[in-house]
Amino acid sequence: MLQILIQLLIIIPFFGFIISLLIPRKLERTISITAIITVSTHSLLFILLLIYWIYTGNSIIEIKEMETYKSKAFDFFIDIYFDKITAVYSLVGFVLMFTVTVFSHFYLHREAGFKRFFTIILLFYLGYNIVIFSGNMETLFIGWEIVGVCSFLLIAFYRDRYLPVKNAIKVFSLFNLGDVCLILVMWMSHHLWHHNITFSELHDSIYVHAYLRHHHSYGIFIAVMILIAAVVKSAQLPFSSWLPRAMEGPTSSSAIFYGSLSLHLGVFLLLRTYPFWESLLGIKVSIITIGFFTALIATGIAKVQSTVKTQIAYSSIAQIGLMFIEVAFGFESLALIHFAGNAFFRTYQLLVSPSVLGYRIHNMFFNFKSTNFSSKKPFFKTLNNSFYILCLKEWNLDLYINKLLWNPFKFIGNKSQILNAKPFMGLLLLIYALGILSFNYQNLIPVSIYKLLPVFYAFLSLLIVLKAFTKRGDAIWSWMLILSSHFFIALSVSLNDTFNFNETIIFMSGAIISAITGYICLVKIKKIDNDINLNKFHGYNYEKPTIAIIFLLACLGLLGIPITPSFIGVDLMYTHIFEEQYILILLISLSFVFIELSVLRVYARIFLGPHKKSFHPIAYKSS
Amino acid sequence: MISELDILENSTKIKNTFFNEKTVLHNLKHYLPSQTPLKDFVHHNTLHAFQDMKFYDAIFKASDIFGFRATLQLTEFRELFKNGRIEKSILERVIVEKKGLTNLEIWKEKLLEKQYEATNTARIGILRQVWKQKFHIALDSLVQPILFRIICCYLDQGISLWKFPNSNTGFFNAIKEIEESSFTSFFKSKRAKSLLFKQGLEITDLLKILVGDDERYYEQYLFDQQFTHKGWSGIVSSIENTPQSLLDLRKIYLRDLILFELLLEIDAIDSEIGEDWKPLTSKVDFEPIDLFKDSEYKELNEVFALWQNGFEWSYYDKVLAGIKLDNEKKISKRLNSIANEKLKSVKNFQAILCIDERECSFRRHIEKADSNSETFGTPGFFSVEFYFQPENGKFYEKLCPAPVTPKYLIKEINSNNKREHEILYTDNVPNLILGTLYTFSLGFLAIIKLLLTILRPKMSPSISDAFKHMDKDSELTIENKNISDIENNLQIGFTIEEMAIRVESLLRSIGLIDNFSKLIYVIAHGSSSANNPHHSAHDCGACSGRPGSVNARVFAFMANHSKVRELLNSKGIKIPNDTQFVGSLHDTASDLIAYYDEHNLHDANIQLHSKNKIIFDNALDNNAKERSRRFASINTKFNLKKVRSSIEKRSVSMFEPRPELGHGTNSLCFIGNRALTKDLFLDRRAFLNSYNYRTDKDGSILCNVMKPIGPVCGGINLEYYFSRVDNYKLGAGTKLPHNVMGLIGVANSCDGDLRTGLPLQMIEVHDPVRLLVIVEHFPSVVLETIKSVPDMYSWYLNEWIHLIVIHPETNKIYYFKNEEFIEYRTMTETVEGTTDIVNIIETARLMETNNIVDATKENLPVYLIN
Repeated sequence: MLQILIQLLIIIPFFGFIISLLIPRKLERTISITAIITVSTHSLLFILLLIYWIYTGNSIIEIKEMETYKSKAFDFFIDIYFDKITAVYSLVGFVLMFTVTVFSHFYLHREAGFKRFFTIILLFYLGYNIVIFSGNMETLFIGWEIVGVCSFLLIAFYRDRYLPVKNAIKVFSLFNLGDVCLILVMWMSHHLWHHNITFSELHDSIYVHAYLRHHHSYGIFIAVMILIAAVVKSAQLPFSSWLPRAMEGPTSSSAIFYGSLSLHLGVFLLLRTYPFWESLLGIKVSIITIGFFTALIATGIAKVQSTVKTQIAYSSIAQIGLMFIEVAFGFESLALIHFAGNAFFRTYQLLVSPSVLGYRIHNMFFNFKSTNFSSKKPFFKTLNNSFYILCLKEWNLDLYINKLLWNPFKFIGNKSQILNAKPFMGLLLLIYALGILSFNYQNLIPVSIYKLLPVFYAFLSLLIVLKAFTKRGDAIWSWMLILSSHFFIALSVSLNDTFNFNETIIFMSGAIISAITGYICLVKIKKIDNDINLNKFHGYNYEKPTIAIIFLLACLGLLGIPITPSFIGVDLMYTHIFEEQYILILLISLSFVFIELSVLRVYARIFLGPHKKSFHPIAYKSS
Repeated sequence: MISELDILENSTKIKNTFFNEKTVLHNLKHYLPSQTPLKDFVHHNTLHAFQDMKFYDAIFKASDIFGFRATLQLTEFRELFKNGRIEKSILERVIVEKKGLTNLEIWKEKLLEKQYEATNTARIGILRQVWKQKFHIALDSLVQPILFRIICCYLDQGISLWKFPNSNTGFFNAIKEIEESSFTSFFKSKRAKSLLFKQGLEITDLLKILVGDDERYYEQYLFDQQFTHKGWSGIVSSIENTPQSLLDLRKIYLRDLILFELLLEIDAIDSEIGEDWKPLTSKVDFEPIDLFKDSEYKELNEVFALWQNGFEWSYYDKVLAGIKLDNEKKISKRLNSIANEKLKSVKNFQAILCIDERECSFRRHIEKADSNSETFGTPGFFSVEFYFQPENGKFYEKLCPAPVTPKYLIKEINSNNKREHEILYTDNVPNLILGTLYTFSLGFLAIIKLLLTILRPKMSPSISDAFKHMDKDSELTIENKNISDIENNLQIGFTIEEMAIRVESLLRSIGLIDNFSKLIYVIAHGSSSANNPHHSAHDCGACSGRPGSVNARVFAFMANHSKVRELLNSKGIKIPNDTQFVGSLHDTASDLIAYYDEHNLHDANIQLHSKNKIIFDNALDNNAKERSRRFASINTKFNLKKVRSSIEKRSVSMFEPRPELGHGTNSLCFIGNRALTKDLFLDRRAFLNSYNYRTDKDGSILCNVMKPIGPVCGGINLEYYFSRVDNYKLGAGTKLPHNVMGLIGVANSCDGDLRTGLPLQMIEVHDPVRLLVIVEHFPSVVLETIKSVPDMYSWYLNEWIHLIVIHPETNKIYYFKNEEFIEYRTMTETVEGTTDIVNIIETARLMETNNIVDATKENLPVYLIN
């Protein structure tokens, strides 16, 4: 009974999503009502479940759902889990989701992208439910990725303007970093536990301690990766500045994503993995420190904000900082109440944010007091000014992230001029062929050299994709570079461990089909004006919306976004890298990060942004 | 004034030789958007800077310079032709008139078939592109986010808790003072900061560093720079012009903004590539461009102009045919009607409403609900201009057209209005400790509130309520009994003579000088809406974007005043003693009405009044029904009361981005007797100004009636036109992602430019056509009248407004063209008649998409009401 209910809770949003995909764009009402019905049914079922669950003594429920892939070394299965945390997240989720879908049913009337909006929020709801009902990291990751992609699509909802697209890429880059951290968590977990660990097993503290005592560094590594993923998702320091920039979609989508549900998933991740890092003092202290400084600094930044939505964003970040502290101290229930209060409050504030103008002006009209600036001691005045400037500049967070995180890679990409030359392609092919040969004639190669080959090929892969990432030339060329980077990863991993043909096929099949589809799309677009240079936004979506959608799907396929074969492939690849191979894992992870970024960059530059032809109204770059 | 002009003239002579800061700043301010902070939305011609040119020359030139679209797209025009919205016969006539009969086929082919390269590149921005192209610096991305944030924080009226330090000393000084005593800096590098403190820093000092020694490029550079963010530059320029448009005063000059932006640019480049770089012109390989040189001839522009004319006249022609046919019918029944008029010379009641086209349907429904009633239209400030101070208000509100500066103040006293608060709107949220407490408490209140606002929308303190503008039961200091009663240079109230002048002028202008009914309603309008930063754009334009309730009440008081009546009597306007004026307010969004000072009514009138209230209520029911046909959320066929309550609910719904549709579809302006339009169904598209040519044979009153038509109606019409044809660059885009900036405007993103113009939701029903003014008078009188005021004349001469005169005796139609009136013959032969408007309303279809090709189908044609 319970099992079926829980499964339904995940299936319903999925069906809602599929149905909404099939409804023609013109049938506005049908689309939004489908969404409302989906959410309502989901809510009703959940209430049933909740009553039953409380009645039966609210114990933890776990269901091992299905195995998607199994080999000796690796067992990939979907696992479902339900406890108090899930209950609260689900409760808040459906209440807000219901409110926002009803709100949007009217609010989005006649908006271009009406259907897109409802399909995306249903997909998001599916992702959200997968995350909160997940019983292991793999399942959680699927939901996590879906939420990430939906974020990208909703921030870039107004895709014919420059800033939404720019900010969507910016936010997605950071999310992507968090995603890779989660992949690393899974990778290391495989090596730590030697099987696919579920969250319920983490509750067995003796078992966990036993493992951690032997492999302390592994434990730290996993916890740090979890922390980074949570910090990114919940916009804590130093990644806070993405949140205000994510408020680009319709107000109601900002409310549900960045006011409430998506933003609090970082807290969820910490709550969910608490039994794992509970005994790691260093991690606890880090979480508290991050939470504390975020709360302080975000409060300062919130106070200088002179726009409604950014003020709400930073206030919310500060509250989440406090939640981090609560979680670290083990105050689970407090954190959950805090989460609910914050999510409700921010959603409300964002939804009514346009009315602030009228309300406050009216208020001012009757209660105005002019600000008093005098009489501060010079030192305090200086201090005040200093912090004011810092907060106004958002503590330069954006700048540092660019400088420290992305610029080094851009630098490498720009410096590797040699990759520009066409003959170099031939050289790469040769090197690649040599790699395959060396794989077949392993015994002819000295072991010490053979062991370095995976790193060598992974390095090449990274170099190639960095080139694609920074390249301003032809999009097709970049696309090819991305694909070759994929091939190099496959080769590198194959050289690293016993070669399993099936697994590489799984990995490459998704990638190759997507790559070919993408290639065809790009060729078709190139035929229009013979200009698909990546140095500017082209906005071809205006002319060729269908190609744009197909290309987007190809991109997602190439990235290994859930449900495509290459998703499992990516996961599989990682199992062939051993726990001590830090350099290799770093190179391959970075390659994956930049593959993802480059792919989306190609999509964004070619299809999104202001259309380059001005026979119709197009937006200013400053909007 | 003269000296300034002289400077300008002198400077244009020497323009090409060197840079004159004053002139360039003056020019910039001239071309930047002049939109004021959003709390007062005053409609105006978006391209006011080009108004001294002919319409088409102006829009195409402006389009060449700034790169926006000035008309619909070619494909759209062609679609409109295909679906019949642009009539073939009209289009052909337009072509023949312009190109001659022999060229008809050639031009038809051009309009309908020929492929054009329609992409236009703007002149603006070419110079500064060099930063990106040759220096590989994305200067705008580096400078704009921080620049916008600093300006927004400086101007902020009440969002931030931590105020901009020293914001009382002027923008540039404040920046200096902060930088002087701070451990941190807005700048990333040293040079810019030291330049900031340079004594007597001039724009040219900085341009020399950035652009180089060649001063010929300076003006172009500044235009390029300021127009990459015309929203912020525009608001700064507008605040510089009228600082009192902010409640919390801020001193800021466009010059400050430019200086600071130039400093930030130097700073950004320095920190990207170090201090050692050559100025922009070192890599510029083209001569400076004169942005404002005349455009080259483009055939496509002529094609657009022909299409636009075809589009406009396809509609106008039907309207004019309607008037003509209706008049002919009346003339044939003339004897009848005169007899009738005599019989019914005193009406049951009369109502004076605003000329606003939203009242066009309300008036029709009033007249239908009581066929023996009479309505008039006049600009909704009712000829009384003053500042208003609500009780406990810390500021004054201007209640008259924006260009007028009143000398009077009217105060609200003895108000029972308690200002209500919305606890969830607390501004202390960014506070960490309070914020946390709120999250734990208000958070859970918020979700209940949220569910209620969605499931049961109702009026709340967070919604702008037109009826709250003035307390119904308060008193107003309308009469001035002592001339020394002066506050801040404003006389409190009007003296008897001043009142009489205003009452007389209004009554004469609308031709109401005899046959007074017992009750005369003075109905102002306002609009309530929720979650809408543009709410004041829906209020009365003649009251500076506010509800006109106070004006209506003030006018009624004046007209009821016995001493005023004595004076009027001496001037030949005899208002019977039992006649009373009643001020009231119509909410155009919720279709509710309020009446003021009902307790002053004579006993006999009380009964009449309660009867009339039922009539008004009935009219509002029908008005609500007529409006509801455009709202997808309401089924028009439901019973009247249900529709009305849905309309009311709409106006208080947080989730409703279209509480009403504002001035959307406005396209006509009638100046004449109501009889001219009474039997026409105009679908709420006409401004209706009452005027009686019989009482004004020489046109002396007409001049005053027509003076505001250009700036008010023309302004509204053109703002809608431009926001419709290019909603991205000239309008504010869709409302849904808007973020309120500093309580002064909206922007899309946190780093975006302020959006000026109208949002998509307000313009999607609008057909972009120019205003057609129709005057009932003799052509010679009208010609003389418009020529008498050059400012007024230029609107018509330059074709920003079309002008038609209906000869009251011959019933002939004349069109103003090339400084004279020529006879206009309508092409439309029949106009459909109907007795059943309700059926037409109920069966009208909603637009499929808001693309003009679909949207225009929602606008109904002209019908004769039989």
